[in-house]
Amino acid sequence: MASHLPTGSSASQQQSGAAEMTSDTHHSGPTGLMRWLLTTNHKEIGTLYLLFSLAMFFIGGLFAMVVRAELFQPGLQLVQPEFFNQMTTMHGLIMVFGAVMPAFVGLANWMVPLQIGAPDMALPRLNNFSFWLLPVAFTMLLATLVMPGGAPNFGWTFYAPLSTTYAPPSTTFFIFSLHLAGISSILGAINIIATILNLRAPGMRMMDMPLFVWTWLITAFLLIAVMPVLAGVITMMLLDIHFGTSFFNAAGGGDPVLFQHLFWFFGHPEVYIMILPAFGIVSVIIPTFARKRLFGYASMVYATASIAILSFLVWAHHMFVVGLPLTAELFFMYSTMLISVPTGVKVFNWITTLFRGSLTFEPPMLFALAFVVLFTIGGFSGLMLAISPADFQYHDTYFVVAHFHYVLVPGAVFAIMAAVYYWLPKWTGHYPHLRLSQWHFWLSVVGVNLTFFPMHFAGLAGMPRRIPDYSLQFADFNMITSIGGFLFGLSQLLFVLVVVLCVRGGRKAPAQAWEGAEDLEWTVPSPAPLHTFETPPDFTPYRH
Amino acid sequence: MDRQFLEGRRRGVRRTVARTLVALVLMGCFAIALVPLYDVFCEVTGLNGKTASRAQALSAQSADQTRLVTMQFITRSSSGLPWALTTETRQLRLHPGQSAEVSFTFHNLGNRPYVARAVPSVSPSEASVHLRKLACFCFENQRLAAGERFEAPLVFQLTRDLPEDVKTVTLVYTLYEQQVSLSRHSAMQRPGGET
Amino acid sequence: MRLVWTVGLVSAGLSSKVLANQWNMPVGVTDVSREIHSLHMIIFWICVAIGVVVFGALFYSLFRYRRSRGARASNFHEHTTLEIVWTVVPLLILVAMAIPATATLKKMYDTSEADLDVMITGQQWRWRYSYLGEEVAFTSNLATPRSQVEGKSAKSENYLLEVDEPLVLPVGQKVRLLMTSDDVIHSWWVPDLAVKQDAVPGFVNENWVRINEPGIYRGQCAELCGKDHAFMPVVVKAVEPPEFESWLAQRKEAAAQAALGVDREWALEELMTRGEQVYATICASCHMPDGQGSPPAFPALAGNQTMLDDADYHIETVINGVSGSAMPAFRSTLNAVELAAVITYERNAWGNDTGEAIQPARIAELIDSP
Repeated sequence: MASHLPTGSSASQQQSGAAEMTSDTHHSGPTGLMRWLLTTNHKEIGTLYLLFSLAMFFIGGLFAMVVRAELFQPGLQLVQPEFFNQMTTMHGLIMVFGAVMPAFVGLANWMVPLQIGAPDMALPRLNNFSFWLLPVAFTMLLATLVMPGGAPNFGWTFYAPLSTTYAPPSTTFFIFSLHLAGISSILGAINIIATILNLRAPGMRMMDMPLFVWTWLITAFLLIAVMPVLAGVITMMLLDIHFGTSFFNAAGGGDPVLFQHLFWFFGHPEVYIMILPAFGIVSVIIPTFARKRLFGYASMVYATASIAILSFLVWAHHMFVVGLPLTAELFFMYSTMLISVPTGVKVFNWITTLFRGSLTFEPPMLFALAFVVLFTIGGFSGLMLAISPADFQYHDTYFVVAHFHYVLVPGAVFAIMAAVYYWLPKWTGHYPHLRLSQWHFWLSVVGVNLTFFPMHFAGLAGMPRRIPDYSLQFADFNMITSIGGFLFGLSQLLFVLVVVLCVRGGRKAPAQAWEGAEDLEWTVPSPAPLHTFETPPDFTPYRH
Repeated sequence: MDRQFLEGRRRGVRRTVARTLVALVLMGCFAIALVPLYDVFCEVTGLNGKTASRAQALSAQSADQTRLVTMQFITRSSSGLPWALTTETRQLRLHPGQSAEVSFTFHNLGNRPYVARAVPSVSPSEASVHLRKLACFCFENQRLAAGERFEAPLVFQLTRDLPEDVKTVTLVYTLYEQQVSLSRHSAMQRPGGET
Repeated sequence: MRLVWTVGLVSAGLSSKVLANQWNMPVGVTDVSREIHSLHMIIFWICVAIGVVVFGALFYSLFRYRRSRGARASNFHEHTTLEIVWTVVPLLILVAMAIPATATLKKMYDTSEADLDVMITGQQWRWRYSYLGEEVAFTSNLATPRSQVEGKSAKSENYLLEVDEPLVLPVGQKVRLLMTSDDVIHSWWVPDLAVKQDAVPGFVNENWVRINEPGIYRGQCAELCGKDHAFMPVVVKAVEPPEFESWLAQRKEAAAQAALGVDREWALEELMTRGEQVYATICASCHMPDGQGSPPAFPALAGNQTMLDDADYHIETVINGVSGSAMPAFRSTLNAVELAAVITYERNAWGNDTGEAIQPARIAELIDSP
């Protein structure tokens, strides 16, 4: 391992330490573009995933800006309703499948092997393949924007028959690209499971793994379980559109409501796929900056597992007004409410970890704390939405939009940013610029709340979601939301600036970049050399 | 590095991948199986107001004279089909357990033959499992020549175990054109009586 | 001091806003809506209380245990009793929430005898109401003129929440609402009535309402249903039963009058005037006010040669719609006079100038059921 230590790392190198390693170590593989195309190294693939996700975050964000600009005031000013619907749909699809999921996979690629002391992912070539499916899938999805009839315009939930009989011709491409993204996720999940179950450092038991690894293991199982259902449902759509079947078409004996059952059977676990790794990240960051062991490690693991299991029993809470019988309404209301118990346990554990710690507030900690507060607010609105009678009023309004943006933006996205700030020193060998990171954090927090908090009021006052124009009573809320949205969008440019500056230089980070950090990744040098843990490290379980 | 150690890992990875793939295939099959499962589930529980798609025997039971239920019939036709489906009986009151016959008329107002089917839906959905249809035009496609008219009966019964709180049952028929080759179906038997 | 001023001003501004605009779920005008509102408020305050405790503990820890204040980390990391307590207590709170929620839900699923049955059909992008057993049916279209949407004229008070024909319902009576759809899934929602139910094509759903106070209640379609999802409002006018009865009688009379008009010969100008109105409310949202459409989904009508060459094809398409497309069948939505008028208009407007007048009698033959 000593031979891989950086030899006078030059700060100006793009991939910093990692890049120069290839040239003077045993592999001298292809260079330039081909190197990235053919790489099987988990760190390089992790970087590719993260960069891809960042690009998608900005493209999806741009669509959100179009939506917010149109909604800035009542009336149609900038875009027509057809295009508006394409924007909301593409925003949702890109953010869910292109930004949040690949970001977590990227983090898993980088950090899971480092945290369990593995030399690489278990299936490196498969890893390369699963990444390169994504750019193909999303290029195709984005290309639908210029196709005749426009891009998909039926919302990210693509309810039939709006997405089958009444869909634009580009829907076929949308289905194909979702298939590719789904295959990519499945292959990524297989790889992560194989890595975690087999490549742990000798002596590391399951209950010794850092929580990020645990949550990702559970997430990977969720992916294996529900991605085939998504593949099934979009294949049925394809058959309905092109081959005259009637899965979702009442005319031929099908049922549009079946679509919703199938979609949400995938969709609700999917929601947890986007939040469980975030729980893991926060559970790793908070103890580091509280300089205190995570409170209730075992209950964190059990809580994560119970959330995952419960996620298969709650899908119809998205369908309370579709005409379910009373017993179904009651069952799904109770099961949904039950989810707040393990989620509550997590929040209590985080807070107790902070209690009597020794806290400092570096950028990763700021984002992790904002996650705890704002995710909990999203949890409260989630609990309200679970109350089925009240959901008859909340359903399909901006209250729902506020809820899921609270759990996804200051939830999943903040956790990803916390992770990036936390591990940037490990990736680049430099600390991110402190002042700029703090500015990024505070602008993001203000922007996020300005954007999404007024949505609660707009929704309660009766504003339906997915409308390009609204009546005058919602005007004030929407103007504030739009201003907040622009602020949040612009402040993400700061994030890019921080990352770029950090790659190019900055205060040098030691191997253990954060004082309270104790997982295995902090035993390798910063920046992490291209090859780490080729000899398994000695692991002594001391943390949990 | 220890060769045995590496070999052990490799075997472990292979085993995990194999198991995961099995799980994946099982979930794939499950996803496909959800469609027939859903249909069975709907038929058993009446979820979504679906009714049986085959003729059922009338259950031999005496009428429950203590209560009367209103049965409503609504007919609709979908776009692209120049047909009218009508019934003289918009509404009738009957005792649970009692059977009744209602006549429906199909009329092709277009200038070419069409094949269509009347798709039933029942509200409240709890009532749909208690609606037994002895004869219904909704079990099969109908083919009508241009301008043709055709009368078909619905013979049905609301079973005695219909929940007490259900006072009105609405049966909606929506006519949908069926995209089938006309020649193949031209020989099709007229439904109406027992099938 | 400046801080106090700012906070004061902001909160004063906010509170006046609270009064001016609606910030919360409406209490509504039915027993169910009242119950849902109070349920909503109960759950909200429980969440606030939990939030105060949780965030209180969080922020206390954040301020109290800062290293800059010399805090030293202690080493505890488990406490089984505590962990059991914070699993069980939330469970109890949930049970307390579930009890009133279940009671309210059961009331909402009441299927007792209704005084009036109304069938609501969603159609891209309008609602159709038919009063079962009363022979009264009509469509309800957005009444806000296009110019207001495009910002060419000032927006009216009920911008996007006004229709040409509201659904009129009697107060104090139980009205059963049956919902279905002709094309995609819509959702009929009036916040003040706390009724939101999906209208699913080919299936029928039901809900019910008993309105306590006369008034006009506005809502919208709540399920994304395509391009003009934002432009299909719901307006319910609740009136006293006697007024309702006389309104019903009036509607029947008007329908009878309209039927009389079918048999007479109509002049081209007469049909054009009528057709222009129908076109503007029904057709213009897809085929555009200038008849240019927006291909490929919505073909142009101006200069459409297939349509102009073959009047029968034109008539058939309007009457029966095109299956599997956004073109609905207008057979049951419009009467013979309206159909004849709008077809005549389409054949003569925007330079189409065929000079043909399609007579209502010709249409009546094609739509009249036996």
